[in-house]
Amino acid sequence: MRDCDMSIKENAVFVYAEQVDNRITPVSLELLGKAHDLAEKLGSQVVALLLGFRVAELTNILTSYGAQAIVLADHADLGQYRTEPFTQVISQIIERYQPEIVLFGGTSIGRDLAPRVAGRVHTGLTADCTSLEIEEDSKRFLMTRPAFGGNLLATIVCPEHRPAMATVRPGVMVKREPNETAVAEIVDFDGIIVENSLFTTIREILKKDVSKHDIQDAKIIVAGGRGMHNTEGFALLQDLADSLGGELASSRAAVDAGLQDKSRQVGQTGITVRPLLYIACGISGAIQHLAGMEESDFIIAINSDPTAPIFNVADVGVVGDAFKIVPKLIEAIRRERS
Amino acid sequence: MNIIVCVKQVPDTTEVRIHPVKGTLIREGIPSIMNPDDKAGLEAALRLKDEMGAHVSVITMGPRQADEVLREALAMGADKAYLISDPEFSGSDTWATSSTIAAAITKLEYDLVITGRQAIDGDTAQVGPEIAEHLNIPHISYCEELKIDGDEVVVKRQFEDRYQILSVSMPALITALGELNEPRYMTPGGIFDAYREKEITLWTRPDIPIKDENIGLKGSPTRVAKTNPKLLKQPGTKIETGVDESVQFIMEKLKEKFIL
Repeated sequence: MRDCDMSIKENAVFVYAEQVDNRITPVSLELLGKAHDLAEKLGSQVVALLLGFRVAELTNILTSYGAQAIVLADHADLGQYRTEPFTQVISQIIERYQPEIVLFGGTSIGRDLAPRVAGRVHTGLTADCTSLEIEEDSKRFLMTRPAFGGNLLATIVCPEHRPAMATVRPGVMVKREPNETAVAEIVDFDGIIVENSLFTTIREILKKDVSKHDIQDAKIIVAGGRGMHNTEGFALLQDLADSLGGELASSRAAVDAGLQDKSRQVGQTGITVRPLLYIACGISGAIQHLAGMEESDFIIAINSDPTAPIFNVADVGVVGDAFKIVPKLIEAIRRERS
Repeated sequence: MNIIVCVKQVPDTTEVRIHPVKGTLIREGIPSIMNPDDKAGLEAALRLKDEMGAHVSVITMGPRQADEVLREALAMGADKAYLISDPEFSGSDTWATSSTIAAAITKLEYDLVITGRQAIDGDTAQVGPEIAEHLNIPHISYCEELKIDGDEVVVKRQFEDRYQILSVSMPALITALGELNEPRYMTPGGIFDAYREKEITLWTRPDIPIKDENIGLKGSPTRVAKTNPKLLKQPGTKIETGVDESVQFIMEKLKEKFIL
């Protein structure tokens, strides 16, 4: 036990700082931003939990994005993500420091790790929150999430168990401006990892062929749905995206129809985006799709069905045939830009 | 080899629409279905039954009419079905649900427990891993392929940018992705058997070996404080004109927003 443990307050807001191949997953920085607001209202502190192998350098980026203290667990067993060693470490850290709140990214790691930890420390966990607030007078921690396929918003509380835990999808919270002069106390994890029957063995790691695009960070997105019919339809949208310097995305229907790769799918089971401009073509606007894009700054929808639900969230709705409108729109944009 | 598959009956949320004016749910006529990820998990179990003679039990927790998904599972080829149903279990969050199901599972023999990754009405993806934690067995989630290798299960586990090929000793729990397979249809003979030959075992509160403090609302660390209909955005401008006018209108808006 080190004396500097005292640098972590008892009611702190913890953020699991997810890293993969020694790179911080962006959602972790978004969570640090949110944790900052929460900690301010609680009069407490933002603490990042960094687990990995030879990852100490990453403490700098966590500090600049708002971590006021960092618990660092650097261990050969933590080099690649596996549920059990990560659960052991985080459970011990929670046990030791008694945080008020623990936040995880709603990634395929966070959504695996958080429930296992919640089960072990016996507390509540709220999945895929879209809003996290501290109630003014009661200081209750309010976790709001879409329910019933995104049709309702449910606000969840965790009255008696601590910590309250939540996962948040990437792209929902907003990062702070990095502060390069910030400093944070770094505390080494001094617990133990016990290899037990819950350990899995990694036989192989296969990298996916993830092309360079990343619709998560795109400022402009042109998205197509089933109404774009075929690959020619999507080629047209690609042209539109290129003319605007944007990225191509799609609804789930188009992914299921084999017209687009899953990595470009916007929506509840895909990616949540909030670009400056979102142009939806031939997308009817199933609630699951809207959940992934309705926070976009400006939404233009082109659809031949005037009753399509996409028009309910669109700032500009154009009833018409995208196959006729889009080519002329591309022409007009190119003219404007030349 | 004994496999237990956990399934959930869910409203087919892809059919849900919002009333365009009132902003409320249109729920009438929404059918109930077996949760898609769970169905893929069941199919994986049935393939192991076909290949190596595994014995497949299905469990669900829910109201009495949730027996419909168990009949479907039996008609697809499951051997045994158990319905956990009691008003005392209502109001359970993921923690209480998983502790109740885990307690029920301890009454059975099992080498492998399969759940879906997540249910389409809740999307939490928590119940599978939490069942494993309560049973003190390992779990592997986001399973896209699965095979048995001696006393180990080998899983292709999906991440955003990669797969891990993981192995673990059984007993273990796997959470299945819909991508795992294409579930089979019920057969006429299977449907006949499901209703005429096979039985569903009903388990009520006294049948589940678990403390009162871990079930239902009082066993749930989380509470719903309130629900709100989703706030609808103020509707924007909708136009229905010719192609050229539409293009012109979009161009004006793009310039207004300084995108062009």
